[in-house]
Amino acid sequence: MAYLELDQVAKQFGAQTVVDDFSLSVGKGEFISFLGPSGCGKTTTLQMIAGFLDPSRGAIRLEGKDLTAIHPAKRGLGIVFQSYALFPHMTAAENVAFGLDMRGVARAEKAERVRAALAMVGLAGFEDRHPRRMSGGQQQRVALARALVIKPSVLLLDEPLSNLDAKLREEMQIELRQIQRTIGTTTILVTHDQNEAMSLSDRIVVMSQGKIEQIGTPQETYEKPASAFVSQFLGKTNDFAGTIDRTATPAQLVAGSWSAPAPAALSGPVTVSIRPERIGFGDAGLHAKIVTRIFQGNHWLFQCDSECGPAIVIRQNDGTAQPAEGEAVRLTWHPQDMSVRARAGA
Amino acid sequence: MSMAAEERSARAPWALTAPALMLFVGVLLIPLAMTVMLSFHDWGQYKGIEPVFILKNWHEIATDPYYAEMFWRTFRIAILTTLLTALLGAPEAYILNRMDGRWKSFFLLVILGPLLISVVARTLGWALLFGGNNGLVNKLLMSAGVIRSPIPFMFTETGMVIALAHVMMPFMVLSVWAALQRLDPQIENAAMSLGAGPVTIIRRIIMPQIMPGVLSGAIIVFSLSASAFATPAIIGGRRLKVAATLAYDEFLNTLNWPLGAAVATLLLVALVLIVVGSNALIERRYAEVFR
Repeated sequence: MAYLELDQVAKQFGAQTVVDDFSLSVGKGEFISFLGPSGCGKTTTLQMIAGFLDPSRGAIRLEGKDLTAIHPAKRGLGIVFQSYALFPHMTAAENVAFGLDMRGVARAEKAERVRAALAMVGLAGFEDRHPRRMSGGQQQRVALARALVIKPSVLLLDEPLSNLDAKLREEMQIELRQIQRTIGTTTILVTHDQNEAMSLSDRIVVMSQGKIEQIGTPQETYEKPASAFVSQFLGKTNDFAGTIDRTATPAQLVAGSWSAPAPAALSGPVTVSIRPERIGFGDAGLHAKIVTRIFQGNHWLFQCDSECGPAIVIRQNDGTAQPAEGEAVRLTWHPQDMSVRARAGA
Repeated sequence: MSMAAEERSARAPWALTAPALMLFVGVLLIPLAMTVMLSFHDWGQYKGIEPVFILKNWHEIATDPYYAEMFWRTFRIAILTTLLTALLGAPEAYILNRMDGRWKSFFLLVILGPLLISVVARTLGWALLFGGNNGLVNKLLMSAGVIRSPIPFMFTETGMVIALAHVMMPFMVLSVWAALQRLDPQIENAAMSLGAGPVTIIRRIIMPQIMPGVLSGAIIVFSLSASAFATPAIIGGRRLKVAATLAYDEFLNTLNWPLGAAVATLLLVALVLIVVGSNALIERRYAEVFR
């Protein structure tokens, strides 16, 4: 049975529908990310789970019980806010202890749990520090400890890493994942950063304009994007216009000078999506010219001008010679690496 | 060359601030110094002001209990006014801060209202509401049988405190409002998610954070109320004097300028000491949290 279940949840502000028909079931201990651009409704959905907003339609259930009927203060969820929302007049230890105070936890147990929570996030010895005297990363850890010390049924993270610099963000991602694995709290992360979503989550919910575009594991959403939006949003991708010719035998999928046996079901104009790292240089395939070649250490990034429009190619730096700028090449790929969608409006 | 440039750049700040500094010295420091000097001069009914250095006026203020009573009343009124504005103003600011944009600007104007109205019109308004048997509120309350005799307002400390609190309210509300603006907009949600109810949120999360705002508002309200002249003059007249109206009377009615100057100087010194002292206390108390 699903642990946390959102059933056709919708939220309207006046005439504007911000979240529509959002259904998701989360297993116990799962790490889920809501991924999408700003304004896609991901934070609104999180706030409905937290109880700061009431859904206009639909139900939210935790272990089968209707969560929307419970006051936000009684839901027992741990929340880490984008701004951390630490209590500036309290020390780190007092911040963490606040939730335990509200639960009437006895003094000795409280002290021990606060100590353990701060130690878990690597802040042992910072008990008496006030938030304003801590770095962004440390404040972030206090916020995490404060949310986790109450042993929440679900941990909600609202863009918790977006205020940190790139290096610190990467460190915190790893740490967050380890902590979540260790204590096994069901976690929902709201983010607009696809790398963050992919490196942290068991499953990603890709959202756009209030609707779910795709729910799947990071690999699924990356390799088999369900829509053009998903493929564009999760990493770089090449979209080539192609056609499926069912009159030929066997049926052929043709994109410029590249062709392959056509996949079933589709016919007529299609869009061929292929990740830059899955394209190789070969003797046959799409005609292209290298426009720029950028060396990025472990890989090369090529921007090409192909007969089907601009294309990006990423090649591992495996020591083999790479084509130079201005060189004419042929782009080729395995049919199983691409995804093919019907092309609208053609 | 570089020496000259350095010299010039060292002089530049002085040259640039000179006009403002001169104005400051000319209209504030010199008159103040002259007032202090004046307080040491002698005065007689027939001889007028004598520019000598004596401690007569100061001695009189220190020994005559009449002056102690005046100053004690002044500070009592100022303290009560401060308490009243804090008790009403802090919740007012909190409610104002939670209002929608349109209502917020409307009520902000309502709160700022007293500052926009002439002190005479405002105080007379209060007098019309409460003054004597014909005061509107008194009439209503008496006809409703709530009170038997009118609540005294004119020539009372209660009246002064009410009228002063009315005009000082904007300073308190704006000061607390500024503190509320610095609050993390998610802070109440954060406390709520940890299990805190509305009362706990206000008491343990909001109150401690807006306290510096309340206290700085209190300093402003206190110093303005203690030195207020117009409102006490209209409501208290010459029957119920405070330090400011007392100094005025010495200057313009008794014509004993040196004594008036001594009263004014004492009021100024006392206020400066109180304000600087409490400011230092507040800054030390909240240094750790609000830097």
